[in-house]
Amino acid sequence: MARSEIRLSGSGGQGMITAGIILAMAASVFEGKKAIQSQSYGPEARGGASKAEVIISDDDIYYPKVMNPDVVVALTQEAADKYCKDLKDTGLLIVDNLMVKKAPEGKFKVIGLDIIVTAAEKVGKAMVANVVTLGALNALCDFVDHSTLEKAVLSRVPRGTEELNKKALAAGAELAKAAK
Amino acid sequence: MAREIRFLQGNEAVCEGALYAGCRFYAGYPITPSTEIAEGLSASLPKVGGRFIQMEDELAAMAATIGGSIAGKKSMTATSGPGMSLKMENLGYGYLTEIPCVIVNVMRGGPSTGLPTGPGQSDVMQAKWGTHGDHPAIVLTPSTVQEQLNETVRAFNLAEKYRMPVILLTDEIIGHMREAIEIPEPGELEVIDRKRPTCDPKDYKPYKPEADLVPPMADFGSGYRYHITGLNHAEDGFPSNNGKMAQADEIRQENKVMHHYDDIVKVEEFECADAEIIVFAYGSSARSAKEAVIKAREEGVKVGLFRPLTLWPFPEKHLEKYVGKTKKFIVPELNLGMIKLEVDRVVKGQAEVVGINKIDSDPITPVEIMDEIRRSK
Repeated sequence: MARSEIRLSGSGGQGMITAGIILAMAASVFEGKKAIQSQSYGPEARGGASKAEVIISDDDIYYPKVMNPDVVVALTQEAADKYCKDLKDTGLLIVDNLMVKKAPEGKFKVIGLDIIVTAAEKVGKAMVANVVTLGALNALCDFVDHSTLEKAVLSRVPRGTEELNKKALAAGAELAKAAK
Repeated sequence: MAREIRFLQGNEAVCEGALYAGCRFYAGYPITPSTEIAEGLSASLPKVGGRFIQMEDELAAMAATIGGSIAGKKSMTATSGPGMSLKMENLGYGYLTEIPCVIVNVMRGGPSTGLPTGPGQSDVMQAKWGTHGDHPAIVLTPSTVQEQLNETVRAFNLAEKYRMPVILLTDEIIGHMREAIEIPEPGELEVIDRKRPTCDPKDYKPYKPEADLVPPMADFGSGYRYHITGLNHAEDGFPSNNGKMAQADEIRQENKVMHHYDDIVKVEEFECADAEIIVFAYGSSARSAKEAVIKAREEGVKVGLFRPLTLWPFPEKHLEKYVGKTKKFIVPELNLGMIKLEVDRVVKGQAEVVGINKIDSDPITPVEIMDEIRRSK
């Protein structure tokens, strides 16, 4: 793995930035790879399209921004329309089936998953959609070991929500396996 | 024991560096993209016996930072361009009265309120010349999250050692990105405390320099009574209208920095030895430059990176080594060509100096620098 560029997008408040931080942390702190997380944001704190970007590499990373993502995750239609224009032809777009009615067209592969429905109904809390996303994304792309990712998730979530988040991560991985 | 590895945001790393250096007082006024520094220190300073104050505005924040330092605590504030403009009057007071403190400017775009959430590097001349009058400046420009920590420690050390305000000049990209960094163990990095007087309080002269040109500084309330004023002053601290003395004192202040150039100026010289082209870059732009230089080297181009971690005093002695050897200097910066003027000044027409300039809130990409490198062949 030379350099993987990942963009996680949705609406502000969906936890995509936290998801990005967890993924980059899993790769760097827990697996010793190089990783950078960055974000761009507008003045609005909630709503509006928001994205987090992660670069994972075996080598030092100098330029910290994503240039042509290998993977884009979009949890809303607005994010899908806005953030996959520079997705590589060989790349992967992961969209939420409920929120993204019309996935943008391109040479890249598109996988639709029931991320938000799974979080709300199967795991029992819509708020953990970002952790479901992480589980699915990592199961599809193998950036880090599942156990590493779990460790990173548990290091970042509030006390008392560990079981919920473990369940969310596993549910995401299940979704991905079914879609493979 | 292995060092602790933490995944931190650039601004969070500044907080870690401040605590490591012994900062115990922060006065600030929140402003994007520096707010995380205030947030972080508001939570952590009280736990180590320090104080955090959110002041009524940027001017007061700078004044309180100076006051905290006079009271004997290592003090800092953080802001961005608009706040930096407001701090200028009191910053000048800090220079003339020789008060150690650290000011972090996380640069964003534009004059005035500008582009609040995007990066910029347009405050590099303000950092040197922003407040009126002749005065030396020490300005550090980190490029990585690790350097955000280490250079914050160095900023405090230089402030304490040379008894003056020091600016950590970073930008939105470095301030907001996250990387894994190693937290230095206590004792691993040098931590310098200001010289304090040992003489009898009645003999204390607050502006009487020692051989290093730096006067020892007494904490207010420690029994050493003295006067501080923004007017030019005699060694006893009281105002004086003696122009000759004012000139001698200001030259001494300039010299306390310039005579210690080797101690203050830090530069990364990467692949410069045989370089026909040198990219001169600092802060976030230096990250793009390094990637471009590595790629161009792979293509066989003799190109190097000259990266000042100390931007002021300008690293002219380091740069002069390459003048007459290097054919071209490329200066990418997120402004319309400010530090390029300094490179021009040192190069003195003996090489081509080309800027790559952007102020559209987007970083300069490695490809843009590569294009300029390729144009040189």
